[in-house]
Amino acid sequence: MVGILEDKDRIFTNLYGLHDWGLEGAKQRGAWNGTRLILEQTPEWVCDQVKASGLRGRGGAGFSTGLKWTFMPKTESERPHYLVINADESEPGTCKDREILRNDPHLLIEGALIASYAIRAHACYIYIRGEYVHERERLEAAIRQAYEAKLIGKGNVHGWDFDLFVTHGGGAYICGDETALMESLEGKKGQPRLKPPFPAGAGIYGCPTTINNVESIAVVGTILRRGASWFSGFGRPNNTGTKLMAISGHVNRPCVVEETMSIPLKQLLEEHCGGIRGGWGNLKAVIPGGSSVRMIPAHEAETALMDFDSLSALKSGLGTAAVIVMDQSTDIVRAIARLSYFYKHESCGQCTPCREGTGWMWRVMERMATGEAEMKEIDMLLDVASQIEGHTICGLGDAAAWPIQGLFRHFRHEVEERITNYRAGRPHVQGASLQAAE
Amino acid sequence: MSVRRLAANQPESFAFSAKSLEQVKWWIAKFPEGRQQSAVIPLLWLVQKQQGWVSEPAIRVVAETLGMPVIRVYEIATFYTMFMLEPVGSHALVQVCGTTPCMLRGANDLKAICQRRFGDRDHLSADGKVTWQEVECLGACSNAPMAAINDYYYEDLTPETFEQILDEFIAGKPRAPGSVIGRQGSAPEGGSQVLSARSLYDGSAAKALKSIPNAEPTKRGKAKEAAQ
Repeated sequence: MVGILEDKDRIFTNLYGLHDWGLEGAKQRGAWNGTRLILEQTPEWVCDQVKASGLRGRGGAGFSTGLKWTFMPKTESERPHYLVINADESEPGTCKDREILRNDPHLLIEGALIASYAIRAHACYIYIRGEYVHERERLEAAIRQAYEAKLIGKGNVHGWDFDLFVTHGGGAYICGDETALMESLEGKKGQPRLKPPFPAGAGIYGCPTTINNVESIAVVGTILRRGASWFSGFGRPNNTGTKLMAISGHVNRPCVVEETMSIPLKQLLEEHCGGIRGGWGNLKAVIPGGSSVRMIPAHEAETALMDFDSLSALKSGLGTAAVIVMDQSTDIVRAIARLSYFYKHESCGQCTPCREGTGWMWRVMERMATGEAEMKEIDMLLDVASQIEGHTICGLGDAAAWPIQGLFRHFRHEVEERITNYRAGRPHVQGASLQAAE
Repeated sequence: MSVRRLAANQPESFAFSAKSLEQVKWWIAKFPEGRQQSAVIPLLWLVQKQQGWVSEPAIRVVAETLGMPVIRVYEIATFYTMFMLEPVGSHALVQVCGTTPCMLRGANDLKAICQRRFGDRDHLSADGKVTWQEVECLGACSNAPMAAINDYYYEDLTPETFEQILDEFIAGKPRAPGSVIGRQGSAPEGGSQVLSARSLYDGSAAKALKSIPNAEPTKRGKAKEAAQ
């Protein structure tokens, strides 16, 4: 056996698309089984069970899903409630929701019905990233099947009127932020909103809204069918459940796999991915949670567990559990400089620290990668990074700063070496200007 | 932020085709009344599917259709990078993912191929058949490096297979999208090591549940008990 999780405990049983993605196939694998029994319970019961299961949001922030649902108003008013599902998966390294959308769409549709019931919503929008054209077609087809079988829609067999709509974005990473997503869904530029008001008070169209990640919603049906304690039996306390993990970069066999939370990172890489290219000793660093978290070097990766607490103790984070592996051959400064370019490209331009700062950091990082920078610029860069972090409306500013901070936390010597070597071969130029500071 | 401007040469006019119009109606119906502005991104996408790119007259038509000021639609078209603001290649729009996970596995080689064959990015190639771009993470990182060609993903590329695929597109005979090394989705190369238990697929999971764990007595359940 590889890994920790046994086949019988897997939620996403069609992760690789080996079986029928359609309604019949999904039912055969257990989807839509007992949904009616779940909807006979009260919305409070659903929230309590999901809370008890310890499910934490799978989109990166890790907030308790059940608790989030309880923030919604307890009674319906003239303002309808909405559920919005965030399928704008764009975090570099992350490719897990895609597998749900194209291979197990009915788990998502069922989860959307249950979650909508829990927050007393009769309509749900799935906002899928524009580039996922195939995935969107697949999801639309699955929703049509569910409507035809009267599983959802008005007067459906479950007794909770529920409409499910798919809409899509236009290739903006920022729309993965919940408030930017709402702006985009309303047909505007995806620029994040200030909070408060929080979405549960005023979300899309000014109505109470809950936004959840695809994976958080898709696991709900199975959790309630098998019981909260079944789900909370995996992983460590406060970090429970199973999780889709996407591994990319320098491993022998990159893949997406469902595993228990708190699986040792080393075990995940060795058993599911055939190990690091060239053996474990060839590992240089790992970005364990999508590009926005700080990297951890090989010696820390040795003992790290894939969960929220273990990784944040290492000053990193679980994020979306998208593991980007870099071996010794990697030009690590260049790799982070490329991420800086990503954030520069994706900044929405609303807050000055981020709009100006991401471009500034990228230009400095490019010179760090060649060694053309000056020694004192390292501290200047870190200073600027800390000034961007926490000073923007959304988290993109933080996300742009963290990879750079992670790089210098662990590999500062490498950058310094590069700068020294670059200078060594050239006569010193008096008063060389700081290009980026202009 | 990326700076994006409309093309210098614009067509005279734009009109939705009958097929697109049906889709337009379908999209607008998805949103509550008075909120038809929500359909602006899907409508611009329809424009792009019909015309190949988003022209200035099309922006006006979308604004009129949705009752929006033209400047708001213009804003959307220039903010979202999926909208092509210039005509694109007649045979292929090649979007190579260049972000770190793909870069680690050789995306720079793919970019070099495009540069050599088609010239500068974001512009029509000399023969007008291809436009290529470097795009940010397309969300298929476990199948890196990859490129989206005419919207669909070609994964696990090598320089050789990438050139073959490009040749096929230029010849007008593209292959089906997916992993070029025959991987099943995002399963590890050589086949999945998990999800082999037969009990998952033999229908035992579909046997109707009589009750769910931790359930509280429901009205229906109570009525049944009382009847007994």
